[in-house]
Order: sequence, then structure tokens, then C-alpha cells
Amino acid sequence: MNHLYYPGCSLKSTGRAYEESLLAVCATLGVGLTELQDWNCCGATSYMAIDEVKAFALAARNLALAEEQGKVGPGTPTVDLVAPCAACYLVLAKAQHCLEENKEVGGKITAALAAAQLQYTGRVVMRHPLDLFTNALGLDAIKAQVTKPLTGLKVACYYGCQIVRPYATFDDQYHPMTMDHLVTALGGTPVDWPLKTRCCGGSLTGTVQEVGLRMSYHLLKEARKRGADVLLTACPLCQFNLECYQDPMKALFPDHEPLPVLYFTQLMGLALGLERARLGLQRLFVPFRQPVGV
Amino acid sequence: MSETMQSAEPRVGVYVCHCGINIAAKVDIAAVVEFAKTLPYVIVVRDYKFMCSDPGQELLQQDIKELGLNRIVVASCSPLMHEATFRHATEAAGLNQFYFQMANIREHVSWVTADKALATRKSQALVSAAVRRVVLNEPLEHQKVPVKPNVLVVGGGIAGIHAALTLANAGKQVTLVEREPTIGGHMAKFDKTFPTLDCAACILTPKMSMVRSHPNITMLTYAEVVGVEGYVGNFTVKVKKKARYVHEELCVGCNECVEACVYKEGRFTDTFNEGLSKRKPVYMPFPQATPSVVLIDPESCIELKTGKCKKQCATACTRNAIDFTMTDEIVALEVGAIIIATGFQTFDATRIPQYGYGKFPNVYTSLEVERLVNASGPTGGEVQLRDGSTPKRVGIIHCVGSRDEKTNRHCSRVCCMYSLKLAHLIHERTDAEVYNLYIDMRTPGKGYEEFYDKLLKEGVNFIRGRAAEVTDWTVTPEEEGKLVIRAEDTLIGVVRRIPVDMVVLSVGLEAHADADEVRRLFNISCSKEGWFLERHPKLAPVSTFTDGIFIAGACQGPKDIPDTVAQAGAAVAEALALVDRGFVELEPNTAFITKELCSGCHTCIAMCPFSAIRYNKEAGVAEINPALCKGCGTCVAACPSGAAQQHLFTDEQIFQEIEGVLNYV
Repeated sequence: MNHLYYPGCSLKSTGRAYEESLLAVCATLGVGLTELQDWNCCGATSYMAIDEVKAFALAARNLALAEEQGKVGPGTPTVDLVAPCAACYLVLAKAQHCLEENKEVGGKITAALAAAQLQYTGRVVMRHPLDLFTNALGLDAIKAQVTKPLTGLKVACYYGCQIVRPYATFDDQYHPMTMDHLVTALGGTPVDWPLKTRCCGGSLTGTVQEVGLRMSYHLLKEARKRGADVLLTACPLCQFNLECYQDPMKALFPDHEPLPVLYFTQLMGLALGLERARLGLQRLFVPFRQPVGV
Repeated sequence: MSETMQSAEPRVGVYVCHCGINIAAKVDIAAVVEFAKTLPYVIVVRDYKFMCSDPGQELLQQDIKELGLNRIVVASCSPLMHEATFRHATEAAGLNQFYFQMANIREHVSWVTADKALATRKSQALVSAAVRRVVLNEPLEHQKVPVKPNVLVVGGGIAGIHAALTLANAGKQVTLVEREPTIGGHMAKFDKTFPTLDCAACILTPKMSMVRSHPNITMLTYAEVVGVEGYVGNFTVKVKKKARYVHEELCVGCNECVEACVYKEGRFTDTFNEGLSKRKPVYMPFPQATPSVVLIDPESCIELKTGKCKKQCATACTRNAIDFTMTDEIVALEVGAIIIATGFQTFDATRIPQYGYGKFPNVYTSLEVERLVNASGPTGGEVQLRDGSTPKRVGIIHCVGSRDEKTNRHCSRVCCMYSLKLAHLIHERTDAEVYNLYIDMRTPGKGYEEFYDKLLKEGVNFIRGRAAEVTDWTVTPEEEGKLVIRAEDTLIGVVRRIPVDMVVLSVGLEAHADADEVRRLFNISCSKEGWFLERHPKLAPVSTFTDGIFIAGACQGPKDIPDTVAQAGAAVAEALALVDRGFVELEPNTAFITKELCSGCHTCIAMCPFSAIRYNKEAGVAEINPALCKGCGTCVAACPSGAAQQHLFTDEQIFQEIEGVLNYV
């Protein structure tokens, strides 16, 4: 299985551990990821709020590159573009919808692409790694490669707001379950918790910190209350907010107790028996020490 | 006189209608008139503001008499609207009504064409087609067929009960078929009815009892219609009576068998109580069930499943009513008209997982709460949580499965009012703090707004906003152990968290899951949501596109009890109008076979959707029963030898019509 891979800025910076663990897990599972050459910003962050056309044009350039490098076009099969960052995944998908449905903005984007000798013909399928693992590869194939099952590990699966909303292409909008099923396949126990898609605070943690911290705090508190040993995320911003701010969180909410926050790919790697260093686990601020596979 | 007139050379009159400004604003009437004058056989052309009015009709009648016209064309609206009007006018002036032809320049032209010049040209083309066609029209007569006097009512809810009783009181023999083991429908489950809060049982059970005892009504419960053949006035219906394993005529409903059953306690879901209690394999659906006869559920009865039971029930029955050898039975009925009143199903609340139904025990559907507040329900009318305690705070979420793009877009019409009713009953019986979370309050109806007003004064809380979720995620100490309803209060612009002990989901009304099968069975139409389609939403609200079959109650769309009963009365009036007339006139636009041309190839027989064609072995040709033929033309198009033709739609007439359009274009 070969797919084009769009890392986005986070996976090369704050979310390095996400990229490291994703690539290690994919290599082990025989999933080929080829990084898109000459990719640019997906258009997320403040672009979308200030100038939608620019944001979409940025996203569309990546889609056009994916078609070119995936050697697809009108009349050919489609090419998968894997975007692990939830924000990238959403903006690229949004751009696709915009090109399809909004003639006015779509026309401007097409013109912008043409100015750069590019075109997009709608032959790219956006995939989040959760979708890739559960639907393209299949849980049975993953289960077969588990060498250190997560027996007894209680996991809060946190999907965040962006990968199932507004488009629920591969999971339920209100009660997503793909990560829960994945954890079960790895031998772990997903806990029943109600905040799977509740906002982590997003960029508020950087702007109105008190509000952002409160939102993250509630997520961690409830996960602990439900007995979780670890919280899994599928988004670099969620991971960043939930993990790196636990000290200021403690200052604001004295009853806060630390909880490790991992990328789901990191825990997958452990279950597949990979070394901790290959999974970027040394980068954690709140260390995950619980042994697995014993 | 008409004989000579009709055999003579065609003399056509063309009448162009303005339809107020409906046509005249888009079509150049004068241009159409001038054009029509140039067409062959046209003697006179006139235009008038409203051709369908009395003076309009008189115009053409006068011309028939004075100018000796023998063919009439009216260019106006759709034939569905006024073909019958002009046919009658033609007939009244002494001409066979099938010498009339309509050109639709309203629905097909003025209402759908933006450009005036194009609209005028299209009108001219259609008039040209109509004139060429009418010249070839032949006189036809309606076929009269007697109507059977009996009526079938399908569905024993309040709509079916009201229809059956009214028909029976008018002296008709009525068969009432009900799928469940008892009649009564949803209404039998309610404690009180809005807005008067009169006791549902007090107003319904006497009617149920009258159905059972009425000499003109045959009640078939635990039975389903499995086949419908025939046509208006002459239906043959097959009904399957499911095996009860209890002889209805012997059982007196003493419940001795239920007491004696080897199961000491109920073990199986009691559907009448919405699963809030358990029943035994032999059971009475509810104390006032009609007929008052027990039945045995083959899915849970040990004897019926394994043949190895002590059969204490049978021993206990002093009337020997229990019979394990019983099998399903088919009953055939001959009826002239059918009223379908099959009702609705409630929305499955598990389809909106964020409301936690099925996950949190104290999230209830409104129908479950109807049983809780019912004096003969599982708690004797006590509003209790699953652990038997009394709720102190209750949240009622409106529009669950209604007004929602993801589930059902329609408003279910009854939920606001029944939510108010439940809020009142819960508040009255438990003194609980009650919250209604609504999108809009919809209380149009006699005394409905006043009821809402009363609730506001009673201290029930109203929060305007669709609830986002029901969660057990608690944040504050007072939320601990409770369910929290999260919702945006759109009147004050804040997101609220409302901790409650009990959540009531006001589930919407949906068409039955098998509505499409039922529709096929009766050859009627339904909307894509499954509601049975009336012939016209305003002017024929209880008729269907199949003559002789009428609809009433919530199977046509969500409605409350007063509207349901009113509609049932309307359906009865239509059925009586048909049955009491004693005969029906069938449209003569039926197909016929020219024997000399028919090779007996059977092609048409297989194609006919109405089973109207049979093969005459002796003659070796196909024969069409004009009473069954609906004039769809399928056989005419399919016949390889041109033996099948259709009155009013002969090949030549159709070719001339096409020619009329093409020559002009």
C-alpha cells in the first residue's frame, strides 16, 4: 500500500513525535508513505479567518501537487493523501468541498492555480491515519502484528473537534469509535468517557490562556475520573494543549493531577514492540512510564 | 340530432382562457387566437378571462348549438384541474363529451416559461396539436360497474375505530383489521389527552367496546391484509389471521391461564408498556384489551418452542379455549371501498446517540413516560426512576427526530402539546422542577395556546434551544450523580448545563417502517418519508390516486387526535358517497385488442401492471377486462403486431398530436 503523505508544519516541529511514531508504525505495518514534495502551509491557522480565498488556494496547491506527483487526473483512479494533523486534514477537505460546491470561490482558486501552471481535477482522497489504519489496512492486520498487547491499560480516546466535523467521512460525528476499536485491537481497554469530541481550547491557550487551560483541564480531569491511565490524541494542537500546559494548569487548578497524553500512533508503536526512542516518547513532558506487553 | 352532427365534417371551436393573469401575463392571447383561426376545420375562436366559470362554459355551449360545432378545444389549465368541467359542459350542450380536447397552456406553459414570445409560440404549438387530435376523437361512453356495499377499514387505532363505527352506524357492513392483538392503537397507551386533560381511557374504551359489540362490524385483530385485488367498488381482499393459540370465541378473558403459566413471573418484554414491565408467554395485552382475549406468543412459549411444557395454562382453562395446534388462517373479503388508517411509529431515540437513550437508564422516551403516568401502567401512575425513586428534576427535550436534517425534517405536530401535557402531569404528581427544552413552541389549535399559558403560570421552566447532549460528565458538586442536559439558551445567549434526574425525549412521529410494502399492497403512493399520499393536499385530502381507497389519520402525516378523528370522518363520507351511489363510472380510455391482429404471443399479459389481460385459449387471443384496465398504454406500446390499441389514444391520434407540434415548430 502506497500513499502520499502531507506532514504539515506541526509534524515537523511541535508534533515531531507524531511524525516519528507514524512513520515507524507505517514502516512496521508495511504501509508506504511518500512525502509530498514541495508542500506548503495547508492554509489553516489565521489564514482561514482573515482571507478564505488565500487559505483555500494554499490548500489547493497541495492538492494539485498531490495529483501531479500521484500521476492522477481526469479518468484515472484517485490518489490517497494522508494528513495526520487534524487541522490540515480539515482544511484540505474543506478546500475540496469548496472547489466542488462554491463556483465563485472555486473559480478564483482554479485561476490562482493556473497562474502557477497547476490544476486540480478532484482526484485526491483525503485520509486521516485513523481512517487509513481502521478502514484501508484493517484492524485484523494490525492485531496480527501486536507483540506487546496493551493488557490492562485504560485509555481515554480523544478525537478532538476537527476530524469528524463538519465532515464525518469515516466515523460518527458525535460518538466516534475508530480509535476505541483500534485500542481494543491493540489489547487495551478504552474507557467510556463523554468528552471525545469536546474542544481542547484550540488557539485560546495561546490567546486567552485562562479559558484555554480550563477547557483542557476538564478533559484531563474527566479522563482521570473515568480511570484512564493515558489519553490519546490524533491532533498535534490537542496534544500540545493537553500535555505541555499541565504545569500552568496545576497552578490554576490545584486539584489537577498529571496525565500522560500520547499520540495514538505512539501507543500503537509500543504495542507493535517498537523502541521508545523511535516513537518519540522521550519528548513527552508528562512521561508515560506504564510498562506495556507484560 | 347529435348523430348527424357528429358524423358530419369536423367543425372545431377553440377557446383560449386567460385564467385571470395566470396565463394572460405570459402568453399573448390575441396572437394565439389569430393563429388558431388559421388551423383546419376551425370555425370559431374565442378567448375569455375564466373559461371554467359559468359564462365561460356557456360560450362554448352556445356555439355548439348555434354554429353547429362538433369538436371543442379549450386551451387553459391541466386536465387534472378542469377536464371534467369542460367535458360536462360539452355533454350538456348535446355533444359526446369525448369530442372535447384540452391544451394545457398554464402548468405546461405560462407557469414554467420565462420568455413571453416563447410562451406564446409554445401555446400555439399545443393548440395546433389539440386541434389536429380532436378531429380524430370518437364518441365514447363511460362504463358503469356496480359497487359492493361493504367497507374494509385497515388499522384499529382511533382513526380506524371512528371510521368503522361511523360506517357501521350508517348501516354498512364493516370489517376492521388490526395488526396487534387488540384495537386501541397509540391512544390506548395514554393517560390523559391534551389540552383538556380528559382521561384517554374514558373516551376511548367505550368506543372500543362499541366496535366489539356493533352488529355491523367484524373485528379481525392480530391480523394483516396480505393481498388486494380488483378495482374501485369491487375489491377482493385477503387477510391473514395470525394464530393466537386461543380460540377467540371461547376465551372470556378471565386470565386463569396467565396465572397458571409455568413462568411464575413475567419474563418477556411487554410491548404495550413500552418494555417497562415483563409479561408471560400467555398474556392479555392490557386490562381493557379489545377483544378481551388472551394470546400465546410462539417466540417465548415453551410448549410452542419445544413441545415439552406441562401446559398448565390449558389445564387451567375451564372453557378449553387454548389450542396449541392452531395455525394462521386466511380470510377473504369482498368490499367496495377501503379506508387505510394504519397510523405511525415513534422515532427510535437510539438514532441520536448524544441524548444517551439506551445508555443512561433514566433517559426515557415520551411514550414510556405516557405509560409511567398511566394509572393502569407498570407503576400504577407513579412517576418513578428505574430504581423506584421519585425524580426531583426532570428535563423534557423537544423535537427528538423532528425538524432535524439528520433524521426527519418534518415537524411532528403533536410533540409540543404532549410535552406540555407530560410536564404538567409530572409536575403535578412529583412536584419536580420540570424543564422544557424547545426550538419553537408550536401550539396552534383550539385551546392549545391557552394550555401553554397555563403551564407557564404553573412554574414549568421553558428554555429555548435544541439540547446539544445529555451527558454524565459532571463539573460541579450539585451535578454529581445526575444527568446533565447541555443546551444553548438562545433567549439569553448562554450555554446552560441543567442537572436532572430524569430526561424525557419527545420523540417525533414517523411513517411505519413497512409503509412502502403497505403502499404496494394497496397500490397507493407515499412520500419519500413514507407518509401515504393524498390525491390533492387541499381538495382531496383523504382520497388516494387509487379510486376507492381512502386514507385517514397519521398514516397520511403526523396529526393529533382531534385532526385524526376529523379526517376519519371525512374518509367515511367519501367512502359512503362511493358505496351509496351504487355504481362507478369507469374512464373509457381503456385498451382493447383487435382479435384479427392478435397472434396470442402473451407479451401484453406479462406487461400489464393491473392484471387486466387474460388469454382466451379457445380464440387464441388476448382479452382485456375494461373494468380492470387503467389505460396506462403499456400493452399498446408493447404489442408487436399493433393489435392492442387504446380508446382516446389511438396511434393516429397521437401521431396527429405530434405532427401538430412539429409542423408548427
